[in-house]
Amino acid sequence: MYREAIREAMVEEMKKDKYLFLIGEDIGKYGGEFRVSGDMVNIFGVDRVRDAPISEQGQIGLGVGASVTGCRAIVEIPFCDFMPMCADQIVNQAAKFYYMFGGQASVPMVIRTKIGGFIGGSEQHSQCLESWFTNVPGLKAVIPSTPYDAKGLLKTAINDPNPVICFENAYLYPMKGPVPEEEYTIPLGVADVKREGKDITVIATSYMVWKSLEVAEKLAKEGISVEVVDPRSLVPLDKETILNSVKKTGKVLIVNEAPIQGSTSGEFAAIIADEGFEYLEAPIKRVGAKWAPIPNPSVLEDYVLPSNDDIEKAIRQLL
Amino acid sequence: MSSVKDIDKGIVLKLYETMLKIRLFEETESRIYKSGEQEGFVHLYIGQEAIASGVCANLNKDDYITSTHRGHGHVIAKGADLGKMMAELYLRQDGYCLGRSGSLHIADVSIGILGANGIVGDGNPIALGAGYSIMLRKTKQVCVSFFGDGASNQGTFHESANMAAAWSLPVIFVLEKNLIGCGVESRDVFQCDVLREIGKRRGAAYGMPGFDVDGNDIVEVYLAAKKAVGRARKGEGPTLLACATYRQRAHWEGDIDVRDEAEKAEWFKKDPIDRIEKQMIEEKILTEDGIKSYRDRIQKMVDDAVKFARKSPHPKPEDALLYVYK
Repeated sequence: MYREAIREAMVEEMKKDKYLFLIGEDIGKYGGEFRVSGDMVNIFGVDRVRDAPISEQGQIGLGVGASVTGCRAIVEIPFCDFMPMCADQIVNQAAKFYYMFGGQASVPMVIRTKIGGFIGGSEQHSQCLESWFTNVPGLKAVIPSTPYDAKGLLKTAINDPNPVICFENAYLYPMKGPVPEEEYTIPLGVADVKREGKDITVIATSYMVWKSLEVAEKLAKEGISVEVVDPRSLVPLDKETILNSVKKTGKVLIVNEAPIQGSTSGEFAAIIADEGFEYLEAPIKRVGAKWAPIPNPSVLEDYVLPSNDDIEKAIRQLL
Repeated sequence: MSSVKDIDKGIVLKLYETMLKIRLFEETESRIYKSGEQEGFVHLYIGQEAIASGVCANLNKDDYITSTHRGHGHVIAKGADLGKMMAELYLRQDGYCLGRSGSLHIADVSIGILGANGIVGDGNPIALGAGYSIMLRKTKQVCVSFFGDGASNQGTFHESANMAAAWSLPVIFVLEKNLIGCGVESRDVFQCDVLREIGKRRGAAYGMPGFDVDGNDIVEVYLAAKKAVGRARKGEGPTLLACATYRQRAHWEGDIDVRDEAEKAEWFKKDPIDRIEKQMIEEKILTEDGIKSYRDRIQKMVDDAVKFARKSPHPKPEDALLYVYK
């Protein structure tokens, strides 16, 4: 399971380094709000799996301070909706320390948070705010969609000497997928073609990868060949894989769970329009949430958030 | 009020030297800045020297401090190199931050200075983290967080103080109560009893010992900090040390000053360096000539730092892209 893969990454790395620790609300005794940390506190003890008070700025700052003085912190912010609360320490401290002080010390910390709705979480627990943090030099960001990607990327993120934000997805935590027995890592900045195709490129992130794959499978029965590209890493971003796919198909649909305006979809589209213009046979289209906060009941949430039908309709329009 | 008789003469002289270093550095910097020779802004520590000096005299090289926009005093007291500091103020390549950040962000991680911070209050969680790291690594280090009464109203103080006390971390919270935050006077934004006894009251609120000391009395600060550092090293947890002082210049050098002239005049009478010089003469620790020779020697150190800085090259434009990521 996705959540187990994330736990495995943390456990494996924490077994190797006694100064690597996890801190966050409810990650200890409670086992994590999405049951990711589970029984880790029994393995590593309360000093290294630290239940924090409701003090997100303090937690991130603690992570920064510890990470520049010989330890390494993984800070779990269970809902990305709480990230605005600690954005200052992330943007003004973690992201700036290495640069501002002329390279004296970097901040090797990881911030793990979850994005995504489809969980009946209401307006303040269902957002996708990853784009807020992809415009800050000094930060890195990954957005795994499968258990395999989650474990591999998180292990790399933990060992990256820079601050990395790992955007997990609420809906994906129980999803299953193959994960090797042997140790492995996935480098940052390498996208993954989740499904090869030749008629159209769909660039999708997080849960939208799964939805795009479902739509691709359905359309395959009609002979429509959809290529699904999963960037996996937002900063650094693998432009080459994206552009190679556009070169191959000539048509692009970008799918994101966040509202279209201001999301990372615009960044992908701009790169393609700039550096892949000659390959395009049609305008770049984007599917995302409608422009409203995410309401609670499925009748409303399913209307606001992107559906398989939205993706399918957009693909057909492009072809 | 404490007396220089309360501590060893060698320590008195060491404390005096540190305070003088800060004062003469800042006064020299003020002249340079006002002449227009430097870009950027400076926030001078003049008037508050006893706090940085008295606290840092109790620290070892591998102890940590976090500092503020008004940080020259802290970093000098912790042992920063005056030449590299001045070069950073001149925004030159030999500066601590390669000339890219200036006064607001002096840092020397190799001697535990985890940076002067431009976001008011943000040093507290970082100091908390250094304290957590010390706890995990099981060393006898401590971390001092310097911040002002203004910063103590930021949520970061609340969160850091709570966690430090909850987990008994070796953090000394040094609150420099200079009664103003840029242009907002503390009396307008604090309940008056809290402001008056902020150390005692806010310390108690988090479950840590809290003290209100005369921040312009170098001996009192030194002794109070000695106790607090001792507690932290023994694993007895954090302390809040509120030191009453006064910012002698405006928020940034050249800025307007909203404060009452009569109030300023009263505080200038309590200048920490005037006080210790007077005491040293009274107790025959130094003569007037001795004081003059200290001042001349230290002014020369500052002047040498200025010479070093002026000779240092400006950063190259493309250097701006270095050290975004390791």
